Amino acid sequence: MHRIDCPWCGLRDEAEFQYQGDASVAPPPLEGDIDEAMAAVYLRENPRGWHQEWWHHVAGCRQYVRVLRHTGSHEVAATGWPDSRLEPPA
Amino acid sequence: MSMVQPDRLESGGTIDRGRPLTVNFDGRPYPGYAGDTLASLLLANGVRLVGRSFKYHRPRGVLGAGAEEPNALVELGVGARREPNTRATLVEAVDGLVARSQNRFPSLRHDLLAVNGLAHRFLVAGFYYKTFMWPASFWESVYERQIRRAAGLGRAAAAPDPDRYEHVHAHADVVIAGAGAAGLQAALAAAAGGARVLLLEADRCPGGRLAWERASVNGRPAAHWVADTVSRLEGMDNVRILRRTTLTSVYDHGVTSALEQVAGDPAGSDPALPRQRLWIIRGRRLIVASGALERPLVFDDNDRPGVMLAAAVRSYVNRYAVAPGRSFLVATTGDDAYRTAFDLQDAGRTVVAVADARPHAGAMAEAARERGIRVVNDALPARALGRLQLRGVRLQNGNGAPLEELACDCLAVSGGFSPDLTLSTQMGERPVWSETLGCFLPPPTTDQPVEVVGAAAGVLELQAAFSGAVDAGARAAAAVGYPVPADMPPATAGSSAPSDAPALPVRCPGRGKAFVDFQNDVTADDVRLANQEGFASVEHLKRYTTLGMGTDQGKTSGVNGLLLLAREQGRPPEQVGTTRFRPPAVPVAVGAYAGHRTGRAFAPIRRTAMDGWHRRSGASFIEAGHWLRPSCYPRGDEDIAGATWREALAVRTGVGICDVSTLGKIDVMGPDAAEFLTRLYINGFRKLAVGRVRYGAMLRPDGHLLDDGTTSRFAEDHFVTTTTTANAARVLAHMEYHAQVAWPDLDVAVCSATEQWATMAVAGPRSRETLQLAFPDADLSDEALPFMGFLELDGGGFPLRVFRISFSGELAYEVSVPWGHGEPIWCRIMAAGAPFDITPYGTEALSVLRIEKGHPAGPELDGRTTAADIGLGEMFAKQKTGFVGRLLATRPGLADPHRPRLVGLRPVDPAGRLRGGAHLVADAKGCGIEDSQGWLSSVCHSPQVESWIALGFLADGARRTGEVLHAVFPLRGETVAVEVCSPCFVDPEGSRLRG
Ligand SMILES: [Zn+2]
Repeated sequence: MHRIDCPWCGLRDEAEFQYQGDASVAPPPLEGDIDEAMAAVYLRENPRGWHQEWWHHVAGCRQYVRVLRHTGSHEVAATGWPDSRLEPPA
Repeated sequence: MSMVQPDRLESGGTIDRGRPLTVNFDGRPYPGYAGDTLASLLLANGVRLVGRSFKYHRPRGVLGAGAEEPNALVELGVGARREPNTRATLVEAVDGLVARSQNRFPSLRHDLLAVNGLAHRFLVAGFYYKTFMWPASFWESVYERQIRRAAGLGRAAAAPDPDRYEHVHAHADVVIAGAGAAGLQAALAAAAGGARVLLLEADRCPGGRLAWERASVNGRPAAHWVADTVSRLEGMDNVRILRRTTLTSVYDHGVTSALEQVAGDPAGSDPALPRQRLWIIRGRRLIVASGALERPLVFDDNDRPGVMLAAAVRSYVNRYAVAPGRSFLVATTGDDAYRTAFDLQDAGRTVVAVADARPHAGAMAEAARERGIRVVNDALPARALGRLQLRGVRLQNGNGAPLEELACDCLAVSGGFSPDLTLSTQMGERPVWSETLGCFLPPPTTDQPVEVVGAAAGVLELQAAFSGAVDAGARAAAAVGYPVPADMPPATAGSSAPSDAPALPVRCPGRGKAFVDFQNDVTADDVRLANQEGFASVEHLKRYTTLGMGTDQGKTSGVNGLLLLAREQGRPPEQVGTTRFRPPAVPVAVGAYAGHRTGRAFAPIRRTAMDGWHRRSGASFIEAGHWLRPSCYPRGDEDIAGATWREALAVRTGVGICDVSTLGKIDVMGPDAAEFLTRLYINGFRKLAVGRVRYGAMLRPDGHLLDDGTTSRFAEDHFVTTTTTANAARVLAHMEYHAQVAWPDLDVAVCSATEQWATMAVAGPRSRETLQLAFPDADLSDEALPFMGFLELDGGGFPLRVFRISFSGELAYEVSVPWGHGEPIWCRIMAAGAPFDITPYGTEALSVLRIEKGHPAGPELDGRTTAADIGLGEMFAKQKTGFVGRLLATRPGLADPHRPRLVGLRPVDPAGRLRGGAHLVADAKGCGIEDSQGWLSSVCHSPQVESWIALGFLADGARRTGEVLHAVFPLRGETVAVEVCSPCFVDPEGSRLRG
């Protein structure tokens, strides 16, 4: 079970959140290049290592929290607002 | 009844001889004392045979004294409380306890299925995999009938679990698993600076071995130190000790969970108490002090009742005052088992000899000889003699040369100790092989918030365990901000003889059945065979032989198994590695995980504001999500079909009222609200006038339909949008994502209002008259309230919203009021509609009405359909600017004009019965799924058409009106000829809803 530090609410259990996928991918464009939209909807890196992801605090403040999590160790290095820049530990 | 317990010692032990009790095992009563376990009580009564083994039905006795027990698995309780595979070593004896042996037929002593012992060739390693190579006839005649019945343990209860379970949440700075010597010492240190310490002990008494070992600490008997330390800890406000509580699981981020046995009585004698508590603990540091497990020796017939682990024998003698035999032989690879020999001798039992695998006598051998105990060096058991009860042991030397045969009725074996890795490896790191200690050590924890201390870390020497535990406890507390005073001295262990290095024999040479995993009946030969057949990795070995896959997770077998594998492969053990332990470390009843969340408490029930009225009015209910919605309101002896027919007809001819509060309602507010909605829906909202309503559909980013509903504009910067009941949560999350993440530049906020507004649909030709009577001051004329318009009225101190929208195709309204006013307003409308025989209708009639009108709902919005598929192609094409999902909806596969499109279908013979899920084919004869041209998504028996009708999807459907196809439903062997028609069966011009 993970514990996630919501920037609005504080440290909360994973059970309050809904995982919403890769936060390193920009939302698909509304108009323009279909290939760009395909990539935004379907292509993911699936790294073993640090991963930017969305955790939606559905049973809390209902904000999308940006989380920097290690997919191997589950360590959470940082959490932030949607536009936060989270840097992996050196 | 005789109270003689033939193997109970005259004195000693921690049992309470003032509290005698009786338990029943296999139908016979046996006496014992409070403080006994079922295992110690049976041993005290001379019971050696307690079960039959998993595959071969070999007679088995008690091997250990704790959680590691693989043999003494019994069935407890009766009826719904019957619990199989319970370890007799962990069951506290209580008066009236009922236990039975398992896996025997007809009785424990005469087990007919023991013939499996002869049919060994069928049950070797990989048996389950090899059966797949056999002909089907073997499966039917032998496998299913015979072997399935023979192999396995215990019988699960057939009735629901009658006991209660609780979840408890706890927070701690330092969580300590195990209150033995190291755990108690670590707790003292960790708590000294004020850190909140939670100390968990699986046993009912803290102290571990020190509670009964004949040792001294601080110059006094070890048990005194245990008692003093426990009372010191319990006197501190920041320490909590949980007894009978096993830490089973280590998760991420400091979360652990533990299982507490609440009542000593598994029969649930006190209904006020739960049977077990599942503790969910959020800790900051974890100290693992769960001890070590003794390894058995692997030799021929090493599973005979009477062969026991040496430290377990010692605990029976010292803790329970039970000597499980009359004459004992001790076979060991190290020093510890000598203590068992000494304690047995001091208890007045005969110790035939100590067989020591090491070639040279060490200090312990000297001490034994001084006591007059014979020591045979370079000696290992070759074979255990006897069948239902050990009669003797044949010894051999390290090269397999036969030595003597010694008569004994208990053989205490010790193959060395393995740190208990079940907790320390749960986070995924691999343990490390120690050549000097001859065991696997826990993985290094330097970058983890975990410390491993004492025997669990391979520190078997007591003084070193005390010192290490003080350091670890202080480190853990300091790391979370509670520095510990520097003058924290460790306890002083009494003098212990310098310990000589243990020997590490893998398998005592032999040719018979030498068991590695007792619980799963895996032998040394099975391991050899698996390796020979190419299952060389330890993970493959485990799955192929099932070694370590029992409920004990290989506590006594894992290390022996992989040492054997290493020897087969001529590789050092560290290259073979170990399998991982996964939570839970000990079996946990499913009921404990469910906790209170069973039956009615499994999920919340959502009730609308008018729920009380519905119940008083005899509604039948249906669950929709977590909501309870009226499905219909049967009158008299009406069935559901009759009620539905009547209710739907009332809407078409008079007036009906339906509770639609469960539809999702989302407030969208802000200067950019119109722009926001225009980007989310396939239709625009920029130009929607205040006071007007618009139907809209939204897509997922991949271009498929997500949901549909109406959106009303209350102000330039305020919209209320509705969703289907099922998708309310998804649509809200979808909107929040776009507001917060995709378009943070838009000034807009969204908020669920579903439970703030009670909503009722009032539909039918008499609906306007009804509402006019209910709200006489309101102007409900076409001019004031046209189709797709709404009004905000004063309901008498609260807002009352009247929307003119229609799902049924009739003149219809939806009335919304703040939740608490739902039922009074409903009743007011019911009263006003009485002259028109207003009829409440449920979801069944609602469904009939919308199918008759061709409105898509859940079965049509199934996640695979596009806007064009449900007839919204023009709406999709009309919008000028981009919206979510538009680009990918133009993909060739989704834009294909020949895709299945929404159509109406009616049976050619009006008596024909249609079924949802039926497939549409041109020729029903011999057709297969490849002939399918579409399917029926929604069906109903229509009072309007007076036959069954359906909505469905048909390839190229828009151009096939009038065609006759066949709806096939193979599950019932039905084929019905159907004609393709418009999906709108009623009033296709829409004149009714405009009044
Ligand atoms: Zn939050």
